[in-house]
Amino acid sequence: MNWMRFLRRGREDDEVRRELDSYIEEETSENLARGMTAEEARRQARIKLGNPEQVRERLWRQNTVAIFDGVWRSLRYCCRTLRRSPGFAAMAVTVMALGIGANVALFTVVRNVLLKPLPYRDQGRLMSAYEHTGAYPMNVVAPGIYTEWIRANRSFSGLSLYAWVGMNLSSHDGGMPEKLNAIACTANLLPTLGVEPALGRNFTTDEDRPGANRVALLSWSLWQRRFGGNPGIVNQEILLNKDVYTVIGVMPKWFAFPDAAEQIWMPVNRYFSAQEMTRLGMHEFAAVGRLNSGVSQSQAQSDLTAITLRVHNEHPDNALISIGATLNPLLEDTVGDVKKPLYILLAATGCVLLIACLNVANLLVARAAARRKELAIRAALGSSRLRLLGERLTESLLLTAVGGIAGVALAYGAVQWLVRTRQNFDRVEAIHIDGAVVAFAAGLIVLCALFTSVIASLSATGGKLFAALQEAGRGSSAGRARARLRRTLLAIEVGLTVVLLIAAGLLIKSYARLRANELGCTTKNVLTMRINLFGDSYRDPAQRVNFYRALLERVRALPGVEAASFTRMVPGQGYGGDDAFTVVEHPPLPQGVAQFAINREADSGFFKTMGIPVLRGQGFDPSRVLDQANQVVINEAFARSYFPGEEPIGKHLHYRDKSWEIAGVVGDTRSELSKEPEPIQYYPLFTGNLKGGLLVIRSSRNVEQLALPVQHVVAELDRDMPVSNVLTMDQLLGKETLDASFNATLLAGFAALSLLLAAAGIFGVLSYVAAQRTNEIGIRIALGARRERILAQMLFDGLRPALVGLVCGLAASAVVVRLIRSMLYETQPLDPTVFAAVAAGLAAVAIAACLAPAWRAARLDPMQALRES
Amino acid sequence: MTKKIQPDGEMLKGTLDMMILRTLIGGPAHGHTIAKIIERTSEDVLEVEQGSLYPALHRLEDRGWVSSYWGASENNRKAKFYRLTAVGRKQLVIETGRWRQMARAIGLVMGEKTLPAGGVR
Repeated sequence: MNWMRFLRRGREDDEVRRELDSYIEEETSENLARGMTAEEARRQARIKLGNPEQVRERLWRQNTVAIFDGVWRSLRYCCRTLRRSPGFAAMAVTVMALGIGANVALFTVVRNVLLKPLPYRDQGRLMSAYEHTGAYPMNVVAPGIYTEWIRANRSFSGLSLYAWVGMNLSSHDGGMPEKLNAIACTANLLPTLGVEPALGRNFTTDEDRPGANRVALLSWSLWQRRFGGNPGIVNQEILLNKDVYTVIGVMPKWFAFPDAAEQIWMPVNRYFSAQEMTRLGMHEFAAVGRLNSGVSQSQAQSDLTAITLRVHNEHPDNALISIGATLNPLLEDTVGDVKKPLYILLAATGCVLLIACLNVANLLVARAAARRKELAIRAALGSSRLRLLGERLTESLLLTAVGGIAGVALAYGAVQWLVRTRQNFDRVEAIHIDGAVVAFAAGLIVLCALFTSVIASLSATGGKLFAALQEAGRGSSAGRARARLRRTLLAIEVGLTVVLLIAAGLLIKSYARLRANELGCTTKNVLTMRINLFGDSYRDPAQRVNFYRALLERVRALPGVEAASFTRMVPGQGYGGDDAFTVVEHPPLPQGVAQFAINREADSGFFKTMGIPVLRGQGFDPSRVLDQANQVVINEAFARSYFPGEEPIGKHLHYRDKSWEIAGVVGDTRSELSKEPEPIQYYPLFTGNLKGGLLVIRSSRNVEQLALPVQHVVAELDRDMPVSNVLTMDQLLGKETLDASFNATLLAGFAALSLLLAAAGIFGVLSYVAAQRTNEIGIRIALGARRERILAQMLFDGLRPALVGLVCGLAASAVVVRLIRSMLYETQPLDPTVFAAVAAGLAAVAIAACLAPAWRAARLDPMQALRES
Repeated sequence: MTKKIQPDGEMLKGTLDMMILRTLIGGPAHGHTIAKIIERTSEDVLEVEQGSLYPALHRLEDRGWVSSYWGASENNRKAKFYRLTAVGRKQLVIETGRWRQMARAIGLVMGEKTLPAGGVR
């Protein structure tokens, strides 16, 4: 076999012909020399050469790569036949493109997010460490506990503490101020992870001390964006929160710890005070450690638990100390939230692909039926069965390959879209299409081609050549076996569709339930923006109070502003933290027991701005500031939990070493849409303790237009103060429920797609059956059968596989929905309305799909039908 | 006339190749000459069928044992000439050795006492 010769067979052949001609000439002239006549000489030469065509054919075959030639020939044949039925080809390609596209897209996400290890050395040994409080197994870490862990543990080769801090990056030369997410961490964070800065160096333990020079590491993107990627940035000074920091390094481009939102890393012991770093109950930190080799996760966990418990027992008076520790692998910690939804979506796309394959197989069976006569004739003329089978496989391969390539393009678009829209998705920065994904797509294409062609071949004529010719010629009630196969395929298709529809229905219902939850406050036309107070001008509470006062006064004076307030967090924004309190008038709590409730700071107008009703008493007295501001407002849940059957107004709470008088009770609000309202204690903004929070603005219309004027007001007050997270309440809530809506929307999309495919399948099968039975129906009508009866019969015929599929699908769903139980909110997996709606909807679609072919069959003109056959 | 033997079929394929290579030792030749030389040197016992000759020549060319060019024949006609390459020369030595071994082995089996000492030059 020679590739060059194979590709230029035509030219070779021409040369062989000339070579043979030259042989004839030579032989002829020799024969002439022997004294033959010219005619005889030529005749004898030809006899000697034999059949030149045979020689040529032999050489042609010798130069042919047999398999390749066969494939090429069937490929050309398939292209020709497909061109003759463009409808079928377009349908099959589209179906495959959607099926393969969805799978490749989701596989890309799953591979990059869940399957790829984190980019750290020996990442399987990296563990996130949490405190176990008894009630919460994964509570954030207190620095004092961390110190004990570091001192006593024997399980970790490195254990690092870090905290999220907000940093305001400003510059002397009038550059735009910017709020950045930063990580304050111990010096061993990078060594523990096994990472080194791309530029410059990590900070030392000497720099990770109170009073040391302030140093910072920048993220690659921040360095590129703000400092033009200038390598001279190392040892330069920047302003963070109006303090001077020396940049000592830039992290590698891929580095995103804990995630891609963080842009600066700095020493934790320099940022927090020495006193704060010894606190045993200040649960605001996270910890990550690298296990020693040979130490298992559970061994390390019991090690830390023993240490924590010892500290707990040594301080019986401090109720804030946890009783144990929990370890979670870092990868699990990073992607734990998205794991289950992703696998469920992947399973859903798998179903869609299966349905797509069944549909294409169905189309192929129909095609094989239509081409039965042609195939039978070709078989009769000596085409080998293998050849015909190969052709079928080639056809499937061609359709799936074209569909698959279109699908990969679709997937590329889908992945781009996902990365753009889901910035908050864990590890979204790692998602991209790579070689493995392309290999996956190729594998999928081959698999689908094999699957569809094998299914379609199940219906091949087998050895009954003669019968096929006869049947095709007479068009009597033919292809029963084939129709049965198609019905089975259809039933499976419908069954899978039902499962998808029910899963999607349950998620949609959950999402609707979630969105229908009342937050407990107004969400219409409310704008929020984040403002943090940094620097020397806001060192003491009085300065902060002055700023808040000035800010609120000016914002309230803007035209269009109905109300404006400042608070730590708004309802629906999350839990946000709590603190301990005691009721002064109640008997003291037993030793080692503490009461916690969510704590919020707000100004006196907050409840009015947010539309939270004051139920009893009143809000804060706005004239009381600083130490005079000693009032507290509680919500109903707080009153219910801690003052059952009591009047809370006038009672006192002991909170942060001070006594606060309860001035009022306000309505309940939810910290998250999916959570029941929890007790909240509100403290006055004008104590000046709050160092940053949300400015809330309510307007009667188009509140977003106010964003710019308000930002101008802030800039007038402080040129270096960045405003971030400018969001309306609806946008803020949309972010919170994004996961639920995302999953529900995608699953609903897949379910709708499969419903469409199933409907097309039902329509196709019944049309086919009706066409096959034209003759029979014609005779029956001619003999006096009533058309309604024919209609009913055809309808029943078409609906039977759909109904079988529906019943099987419902049964399967009852089992499958258990898998998504944890993704549901206030919705039972076996929700009867969802099941009923899906059953009714599917039946309606099936009837609609059957109606046209059944109607056509019933309207048949018997004379014409009989004449045609 | 003795019955002519046509070197064809699986068993003799290698033999035909070997003989073609041997023929070309004397210099480049075209198909007609090659066939004639084989027939003449075998004292007209072997008859080369054209249906085997040309595929064999192409096969040898594919393997790089001969190369081809278009030239003028003795009668001044355009003809395709084949020339032994260095690789082909080496191959001829190998094939010849193998053939001699085979011929000797067959001879022994057939009970021939005296064996050709020289064989092909």
